[in-house]
Amino acid sequence: MDLYSLTPVDLIVAASLVLALGMVQILLGLGLFRTLALNSVRMVLQLLLVGVILKAVFDAATLPWIVLIALVMMGLAGYEVVARQKRAIRGWHGYGIGLASMSVTALIVTVLALTLMIETDPWYEPQYAIPLLGMILGNTMTGIGLALNNLTQTAWQTRVEIEARLVLGHSVRDATAELRSDSMRAGLIPTLNMLAAAGVISLPGMMTGQILAGSAPIEAVKYQILIMFLITAATGFGSLVAVQLGARRLFDARDRLRLDRLRSGR
Amino acid sequence: MLFEVKDLRGPNVPPVSFALAAGEVLPVRGESGVGKSQMLRALADLSPHEGEISLGGVEQQSMQATDWRRQVALVPAESGWWADTVAEHFPARPSEAWWERLRLRAALWESPVERLSSGERQRLAVLRALALEPRVLLLDEPTANLDRDNAEAMAGLLLDYLRDQGAAAVWISHDPREIDAHGDRWLEMTSEGGVLHGSV
Repeated sequence: MDLYSLTPVDLIVAASLVLALGMVQILLGLGLFRTLALNSVRMVLQLLLVGVILKAVFDAATLPWIVLIALVMMGLAGYEVVARQKRAIRGWHGYGIGLASMSVTALIVTVLALTLMIETDPWYEPQYAIPLLGMILGNTMTGIGLALNNLTQTAWQTRVEIEARLVLGHSVRDATAELRSDSMRAGLIPTLNMLAAAGVISLPGMMTGQILAGSAPIEAVKYQILIMFLITAATGFGSLVAVQLGARRLFDARDRLRLDRLRSGR
Repeated sequence: MLFEVKDLRGPNVPPVSFALAAGEVLPVRGESGVGKSQMLRALADLSPHEGEISLGGVEQQSMQATDWRRQVALVPAESGWWADTVAEHFPARPSEAWWERLRLRAALWESPVERLSSGERQRLAVLRALALEPRVLLLDEPTANLDRDNAEAMAGLLLDYLRDQGAAAVWISHDPREIDAHGDRWLEMTSEGGVLHGSV
C-alpha cells in the first residue's frame, strides 16, 4: 500500500482551520492571534527546512553530518528549556544545566537504542538515528523545562522556609529534599500521562505514522513500546540530573540561598 | 572575646565592627532600611559579605556553614515554617520551663502551623533557635508581634539564657526599655556605617 501524497492545497485547507480559530479569538478579544500565527508560520518553516535537510542527510548518510544535526538539535533544545522558564538561572549556568542534562541522557539513550535494540547498520543510519533522537529530545526537553521551572519558581516562593532551615543548621540537602522531589515529579508528569494514555486515549504519533505508511500494526506497536520506554528513561534521568545540578546552583559554597542567580520574573 | 566582627560589609550592609564577650548583649538601633537585618544575615553567613567574623577565635569561613549557623543562630523577623505541625520543626521537645515561661499552650505542640497567631509563631521561632543551644543569638526584633506581658516574658527568657549559657546576642529592637537595663553600650546603624555608643 502506498502513502496517499498530500498536495499543498490539502495543507492550506488544514491551515484555514487554525486561521478560523485566530478569527474567533480576535472577535472575542483574546489577543492570542499573533502568538498563534507566529508559531504556526514558524512550525511550517522549521518543518520544511528539516524536510530539505533530512533528505540531504539521508542521501549523504555520513557520521559527521549526523553529529552536526544532532548538535544543532540539542543546542536549540537547550535554548528552549531556558526560554520557557519564568525565573531561569542566569547566564551560561542556566543554559548549560539544561543542555548538559538533556544531551547526555538523550544521547546515551538514543545510542543504546540504536546499537543494542534496533541494531541498525551502520548504527548511525540517519533514517533511524535522527527521528529517534528528535522524539527523545523533544520529550526530554519538555520534562527538564518543567522540572527546572518548578525548581526555580518554588525556590523563589519558599525562600523564607528554605532559609528558616538553613539558619537552624540544616544542610542544603535536607533543606531542598522536598523541593527536589517535587521538581522531579513535575518533570515526569507529562511522561506519566503519556504512558497512561498510550493506545487508549491517544494513538501515539509515531505509531500512527508507521501505520499510515503501511506498516503492520503490531510492528508499529513494538516500535512504539520501545520509544515509550526510551522517552521515559531519558526524561526521568534528564530531570533527575537537571534538578540536582540546578538545586546545587541555587546555593553557593557557603550553603547560602542565592536567588540573585535567577533572572527576575517575567 | 567570644564574638568578634571586623570590617564587616556587604552589598546592603554598611561597614561595622564590634566585639562581644560572653553574656553580653549588643542592642542595635537605626532607621528602617539601613541594613540592620542584612547585617544579621551576614553574621549568620546567609548572604555574601566581606570582613572577618570569628567565634571563640575561629574564623567564620574556616568553619562548615551548617556548624557556624547552629552556633551563631539567627532568628529572622519573619519566621519560616516548612512542615505541617509545630512539632516537626523541632529536633526535640523544648523544656517545659521555657514553654511555660513564654506562656504557650501545651496543645500548640501538635497543632498545625497555619493555625498559629503571629505572636505564637514568633515565640516558637525563638524556642526553635534556643533548642540548638547557640553561643551567639542574632535577634531581629524578637518581640515585635507580642503584647507587653509576652514581650517581657520573652526578653526575660532570652536574657536568662544568655547569662546561664554564657552566650552573647546582637539584638535589633525599637523598644529602648527592652534591653537598656543591661549596660549602656549599643550599636547605631547609619547608612555610613555602624557607630558604637557607650563604654567600649
